[in-house]
Amino acid sequence: MFDVIVVGGGHAGCEAANACAKMGMKTILLTMNKNNIADMPCNPSIGGTAKGIIVREIDALGGLMGIVADLTHFQIKMLNNSKGPAVRSLRCQADKKEYPKKMLEFLSKNKNLTIEEGMVEDLVIEDNVVKGVILEQGQKYYSKAVILTTGTYLKANILIGSSSKEEGPHGEKRSNHLSDNLKKYGLNIIRLKTGTPPRIAKNSIDFSVMQEEEGDNVYYTFSHDIKPHYDINKQQKCYLLYTNDKTHQIINEHLKESAMYGGYVTGVGPRYCPSIEDKVVRFKDKPRHQLFLEPESVHYDEWYLQGFSTSMPTYVQEQMVHSLKGLEHAVITKYAYAIEYDAINALQITNTLENKVIENLFTAGQINGTSGYEEAAGQGLMAGINAALKLQKKEPLILKRNEAYIGVLIDDLVTKGVKDPYRMLTSRAEFRLILRHDNADLRLREKGYKIGLISDEQEQRLRKKEEDIQKLLEEVKNKKIKLNDALKKIFEEEELLLPQNGTSYAELLKRPEISFKLLNKFNDFNYDEEILEQVEIELKYSGYINKALKEAKKLEKIEEKEIPDDIDYQKIKNMASEARQKLQEVRPKTIAQASRISGVNPVDITILAIYLKKEYNKNE
Amino acid sequence: MEDTICSIATSVGIGAISIIRVSGEKAIAIVNKIFKGKNLENCLTHTIHYGYIYEKNEKIDEVLVSVMRAPKTYTTEDIVEINTHGGFVTTNKILELLLENGCRLAEPGEFTKRAFLNGRIDLTQAESVNDLILAKTDKARDLALHNLDGQIKRKINKICTKLMDIMANIEVNIDYPEYEDIEVITNEKVLPILNVVKKELEDILANSKNGKLIKDGIDVAIVGRPNVGKSSILNHLLKEDKAIVTNIAGTTRDIVEGAIILNGFLINLIDTAGLRKTKDVVESIGVEKSKDVMHKADVVIAVLNNEEGITKEDEELIASIPVEKRIVFVNKSDIKNNRKINYIKGNTKTDDGLDTLKKEIVNKLQLDKINSKDMTYVANARQIDLIKKTFASIESALSNIDSNMPIDIVEIDINNAWKYLKEITGEVYEDELINTLFSNFCVGK
Repeated sequence: MFDVIVVGGGHAGCEAANACAKMGMKTILLTMNKNNIADMPCNPSIGGTAKGIIVREIDALGGLMGIVADLTHFQIKMLNNSKGPAVRSLRCQADKKEYPKKMLEFLSKNKNLTIEEGMVEDLVIEDNVVKGVILEQGQKYYSKAVILTTGTYLKANILIGSSSKEEGPHGEKRSNHLSDNLKKYGLNIIRLKTGTPPRIAKNSIDFSVMQEEEGDNVYYTFSHDIKPHYDINKQQKCYLLYTNDKTHQIINEHLKESAMYGGYVTGVGPRYCPSIEDKVVRFKDKPRHQLFLEPESVHYDEWYLQGFSTSMPTYVQEQMVHSLKGLEHAVITKYAYAIEYDAINALQITNTLENKVIENLFTAGQINGTSGYEEAAGQGLMAGINAALKLQKKEPLILKRNEAYIGVLIDDLVTKGVKDPYRMLTSRAEFRLILRHDNADLRLREKGYKIGLISDEQEQRLRKKEEDIQKLLEEVKNKKIKLNDALKKIFEEEELLLPQNGTSYAELLKRPEISFKLLNKFNDFNYDEEILEQVEIELKYSGYINKALKEAKKLEKIEEKEIPDDIDYQKIKNMASEARQKLQEVRPKTIAQASRISGVNPVDITILAIYLKKEYNKNE
Repeated sequence: MEDTICSIATSVGIGAISIIRVSGEKAIAIVNKIFKGKNLENCLTHTIHYGYIYEKNEKIDEVLVSVMRAPKTYTTEDIVEINTHGGFVTTNKILELLLENGCRLAEPGEFTKRAFLNGRIDLTQAESVNDLILAKTDKARDLALHNLDGQIKRKINKICTKLMDIMANIEVNIDYPEYEDIEVITNEKVLPILNVVKKELEDILANSKNGKLIKDGIDVAIVGRPNVGKSSILNHLLKEDKAIVTNIAGTTRDIVEGAIILNGFLINLIDTAGLRKTKDVVESIGVEKSKDVMHKADVVIAVLNNEEGITKEDEELIASIPVEKRIVFVNKSDIKNNRKINYIKGNTKTDDGLDTLKKEIVNKLQLDKINSKDMTYVANARQIDLIKKTFASIESALSNIDSNMPIDIVEIDINNAWKYLKEITGEVYEDELINTLFSNFCVGK
């Protein structure tokens, strides 16, 4: 008998299992293949815009993705460095061989965690409460909670041209019955699709005609707990190349042979991850499309051709690849494919990621309709945390939209549902100015500490950081500029407007062009880089940050207005029928969540609020 | 269920016919109770029936009754319209009968409110209809109809699209920073677009003032010492132009002695003497209330009477009125100590100069140049307020560009501006930004 069974060893499963085990739960992780733990079946990178911030959040809360990525990447880059503090995001090229190895190493340290191989095909359910899982051969494992992180393996179909194989990535077995069984228990099943580009043998690529893409020459880490360990001068390069007229011509000629355009696919693909066919068809006027070649691992000879995912038959893929400059003689080591899989309707889960239909059943990752390693890991962590908290009879941990990208992700999922696989984008976060890369620990570490995923030592470091920030803030507020010759000289050299004598340093730092780096030429603000950065951001963008915080407060107020579970939307007069139907389906927890449902208009919210006041506050 | 409501749909007063509109679940049943002719409950939707309205055994009027069943009606509820032979007494009698039989008198704009709440029309349309109902002149009706046409909506949607395109471009640069073929939108590139938007908003705002003039009318205040001939001017204007209203107890306006129509515009004549009648003591011109009226009025006519000479008070009065809305009318003779003030010479006894006075009112506001058909009017206080907020956001974005803030900070104000405009049209689509992003740009691994 286990406390928690985690089904699936992908990025969601690893975080879920680790969190549960660390929180004292006797946990078992069931995977089909131990060697494929934390596998990266698609691109060899972790992070990216918005996603990189999710990784920071995972790390702040005590998850593993950040630190494992830090220890196994061979290139790192801070994206959007010039575009403003809120949108900076870290991305690394993670080694596909090292990453899973390191992840397994971390997981194995948990004495509460067992990892076993096995294919789960059914659940043990009593009175709508999950009690365990049933394996392919009929063995049963019992537990108090189950977390499903099945990725793309539910009834997976691999599609290449007109060929369709009933298997998951890497030719692994798919789960044939689990989604049917879930349907039987009352879950709505949807069919989604995604895809991956071909892999190319390194020695068959002519890199000399491609543009080099290097990493940053500044040290960054995802994790808040380790110092950079790599040599910035020894990072691997990626390469940039383009499609051309010939490529497009081949694609257009063979369009009907692709699984997508030939009508062999029933699942809905992600908008943000279009196949190269889609790009060519939808943007006819574009003379070329950008592609990247990225190494998969320092141990492998395989390179990933980013931007070239396709479901064309293999002989067309050969032609397409050979039409690219520098890949005329390329050897394809793995063909691109599209993959279809079953997922559940996210409207049937709550914001703790527990199922509304089956108690103590949690789901995370692609089964919930998302896409991406980071989105999966973020959910896995939260599902693990909330499963453990529930078994411990503690309050759930629900991250709000103004607290974390993970909060935005889960709220979007359970409020709006998904039509195509969901990817996190910075534009989804209305409070992104406060959901930054640099303040993930300030936002979330305390929460991680409270639930036991963050150690005392880590917490003390956070305290110190907070104190230093306050100290420096006081310092720059009180310290006034003295216009001496040294200062004048520096300002003149930089062609900057001279400040008035007696201006505080805090005032001066509000100017976009003034940084601590400049000030420290004639001053000594002796603090860690991250403290300087934090204070600089807080001062420079204080107007907008304060506005965002105010908005967030307002939101929190209506987030507090709870909607009773027993509400009968049929009884509310005057509400538009579409709104009524949507509310009935989503059954939002709060007025704020209700207002985010598409098809529910402000008028409906007013009507709902009036109804709640009339019906539920009668005796107040 | 909602009450069944009724009201007189046409303007009260003289007219060939009046229409009484009834809307709600029991509309057909209630009208049927007082109607003699076919049984309305069995009639098909959107049909007209001839018959009589009876009170018990007494015939009230010969009528045509239109039956329109839910949901394809203005309010999406059952609607019955009774066409009567007009006349205040008859129409009111029928209304009374409806109230006796279970209807409730509709609040102003309640039909439109229902249409809006039932999702039949959007916010701008609802507001326009309200304006239409309240329209007092042909021009105002024109304006209200134009809103229905979606003129405002088109203009605002155009600006929205511009802002959305900027935002989508900023977002795609942020979310896909490594796409070298995608134009990187910088502050320098955003600047000219925002300047155009700012100009467009300024135009809308300028026109909105005219819109207000057309809808609510123009307030013309007549000021001057007692017995200089103010009442004569007022009476003359009212008589000449067959005043449409007299002695309205003002709502927000103080006291409107009457209203006339000049060049198709409603002119509210405000006599400050009316304010002073209640005072025991004849105070100096500068009493608070008069000042207030003068401040709010669109045009102020200062009436002087030179028979008594130009007093110091007169001079102070003239000086206190801003030139752009000041008209000086000198009754009976010239001003002796003329200080280069333009004035109209006239005589209220002989009606001299009064036509010139009317022309001057038209000139002051350039009423002859306002053409309600060509302009985009934002005529409603809420809309004007939102446009102003939009304007302020654009200005803030521009000032951030000026001080070199990063583009994602600049975008915050652009986003706010967009949201305010969307509030005016009331149209919100889910994930509009993300949809625009992926339809405008080809990105993704």
